[in-house]
Amino acid sequence: MSMGKLLAAPRKWWRKFKFKRKNRSLAMDILLTLLLGGIGFVSIWPLLYIVNAAFKPISEIFLFPPRLWVQNPTLNNFFDLSVVIADLNVIFSRYLFNTVFITVVGTGATVLIGSMAAFPLAKYKFPGSKVMSNIIVYSLMFNGSVTAIPNYIIMTRLNMVNTYWAVILPVVAGTFGLYLMQNFIVQVPDELIEAAKVDGMSEYGIFFKIIMPLAKPAWITLIVLSFQSFWSNTGGTFLYSERLKPVSYMLSQVVSGGISRTGVASAVTLIMMLVPITVFVVSQSNVVETMATSGLKE
Amino acid sequence: MDEKKKDRINRAGGGLPADARRAGRVRRQPEETITKSRTLKEIWRLHKQKYLLILPFFILFVVFTLIPVLISIGLSFTSFNLFETPKFVGFDNYINLIAFDSVFLTAVKNTLLFAIITGPVSYVLCFVLAWLINELPPKVRAVMTLVFYAPSISGGAYLIWKLIFSSDTYGYANALLLQLGLIQEPILWFQTEEYIMPILIVVQLWMSIGVSFLAFIAGLQNVDRSLYEACQMDGVKNRWQELWYITLPQMKPQLMFGAVMQITTSLSVSSISIDLVGFPSVNYAGHTILTHLYDYGTLRLEMGYACAIATILFFMMLFINIIIQKLLRKVG
Repeated sequence: MSMGKLLAAPRKWWRKFKFKRKNRSLAMDILLTLLLGGIGFVSIWPLLYIVNAAFKPISEIFLFPPRLWVQNPTLNNFFDLSVVIADLNVIFSRYLFNTVFITVVGTGATVLIGSMAAFPLAKYKFPGSKVMSNIIVYSLMFNGSVTAIPNYIIMTRLNMVNTYWAVILPVVAGTFGLYLMQNFIVQVPDELIEAAKVDGMSEYGIFFKIIMPLAKPAWITLIVLSFQSFWSNTGGTFLYSERLKPVSYMLSQVVSGGISRTGVASAVTLIMMLVPITVFVVSQSNVVETMATSGLKE
Repeated sequence: MDEKKKDRINRAGGGLPADARRAGRVRRQPEETITKSRTLKEIWRLHKQKYLLILPFFILFVVFTLIPVLISIGLSFTSFNLFETPKFVGFDNYINLIAFDSVFLTAVKNTLLFAIITGPVSYVLCFVLAWLINELPPKVRAVMTLVFYAPSISGGAYLIWKLIFSSDTYGYANALLLQLGLIQEPILWFQTEEYIMPILIVVQLWMSIGVSFLAFIAGLQNVDRSLYEACQMDGVKNRWQELWYITLPQMKPQLMFGAVMQITTSLSVSSISIDLVGFPSVNYAGHTILTHLYDYGTLRLEMGYACAIATILFFMMLFINIIIQKLLRKVG
C-alpha cells in the first residue's frame, strides 16, 4: 500500500475532527490529553497484567520479585488447560451451553422487561406511578447479602432451585436496569409520543418504534453491564447439578486445583475476559447520538 | 369499530384518543376533577396498556426483590440463627448496635469517611472522563472507554495492589521509597493502622470508573448538538461555559442516576477491605458497615443482627440520597 493511501484515513478523520471543534483552546487540549493519558496509564495495568500472565512459562510465573512483562512467551498454559478440560466428567460444550443460555436469555430479559416497565414510569403520570418509581430507587439501596436467604426460600417454594431461572430471574427483578432506562427515556420528547398517538399508535407501538430506537445508547450500556454480570455468574447455591453449571464455575474449579494450576489459572482468566471485552468494545462503538440527530429535542 | 374504541372517542369528545386529550391537546375540563371522579374500572381502561407494560417486571420485582427485602426488615426485629425459628426481640438489635457495639460505630465512622472522599471524587472523575473522551470518534472512544473501565471489567483486578503494597522490600511502593532513601526499612502497609484507610481509598478510586462512567457516556449522546452552535452566538466562550450552561443541564437524569449509583457503591465497600487488609483488619482500621454485616451474617450466623445492620445502612443511603438530589437540582 502506498504511503498516500495509508495517510488518507487519518487525514480525513483529522479534518472531520477539526471541523467539529469550536470553543476549544490548544493549551487546554494538550493539558487534558495529558490528563487522559495519565489516568489511562494507571487504569490499563490489570489488562496488561492478565494478558502477560497468560503467556508466562512456569519459570516466570513464580519469579521473585514478580515482573509484569513476559520474557519468553509460551502457549503452554493454554495446552495445559485443554488437557484439564478434556478430562472433565461433563463435556465442555455443556458448560458452554449453560453459560450462553444464562447470559443471552438473562441479558435479553433484563433489557426488554426493564425497558418495558421504564417507559410508562418515565413518561406518564397515572395512579401508582409515583409510588412505584420511588420503591424502585429505594430498593437499589438495600444490600443484597441479607436478602439471599429469603430469596432462596422463595426459590424453593417455587421449585426453581437448580434451574436456570434461579440464576436469571432475581437479576431481572433487580431495579438497576429499569432505573437506568427510566433516566434516559425521560428525555424522549413528549411531542414525538403525542404525534404517534394522534396517528393511532398503541403504547406498545410507541415503545418499540419510538422509545427504544431513541434510547439506544442506554440499552446498549445495559447490555454491556448485564452481559458482564451474567457471564461471570457461577450459579452459586442455586445450581447444584454439574450439568447445569456454567463455564465460570467449571473454570473456578480448575483454578482451585492448587498451586500447580497457577499457569492454567491465568490462561483461564484471559479467556473468560475476552468475550465480555469484545462485547464491550463492539457495543461501545455503537453508542452514538440518537436524540440529538432526531432534531426534535427542544 | 369495537366497543372500547367507540367509548374512548365518545369520552374524548372528539376524534382524539383519551390520552391525547389528557396530554393537553384538547382539554375539556381541569385534570383534578377527572382524577377524583375516576373509578378503578375507568383507571384500568385509560391506562391498561401502561399497566400491562409494567406487569412482567412488577411480578418479578415483588416476588424476587420486594418480598425478600421486607422479610429481611422483618427479621431485623428477631433473633435468628438460621436453624431455629426466629424469635421476636423488638428493637433489641438496633439498641445493641447503636448503644453497645463500639465496633459498629467504628465501622460507621470508616464507611462515612470513605464515602465522603471516594463518592464525590469518583463522581466528578467519571463525568470529566466521559465528557472528555466524548469528543473522540466512536471507535477510538470505545477503546478509551475500555482502558478506563478496565479495573471494573477484570473482576478481582484490585488484587494487583497487593503487589504494589507488598510488605517486603520487593513491593513496588517499598522498593521505590527505599531507593529514594525516604525510608530505612520496608513498611507493613496493610498491617499499619494509619495506612489502611488511605490505601483502601486509593484502590476504591482506581476502581470507581464504572457504571456511572458508562451512563454518562451514553447520556452525552443525548445532548443536542445544535445547542452548542446556538450558545456560541450567545457569547459562550470556552468549553467550561459550554459544560455548565448546556451539557450539565441537558444531562440531569443521568447525573441523578450517577449520584444514586455512587451513593450505593461508596457506602457498600467490603470485598476490597476483606481481600486487601484482611478480616478483621488491624484494630478494625479497615472495618466498614458491610464487613460488619459479613461478620454477623456469614461468620456468626446472627441473621437478625445482620438484617438490622442492612436496614440501618439502607436508611443512611436514603437520607444521603435525599440531600444529594436536592443539591443536584441546583445544577445549571
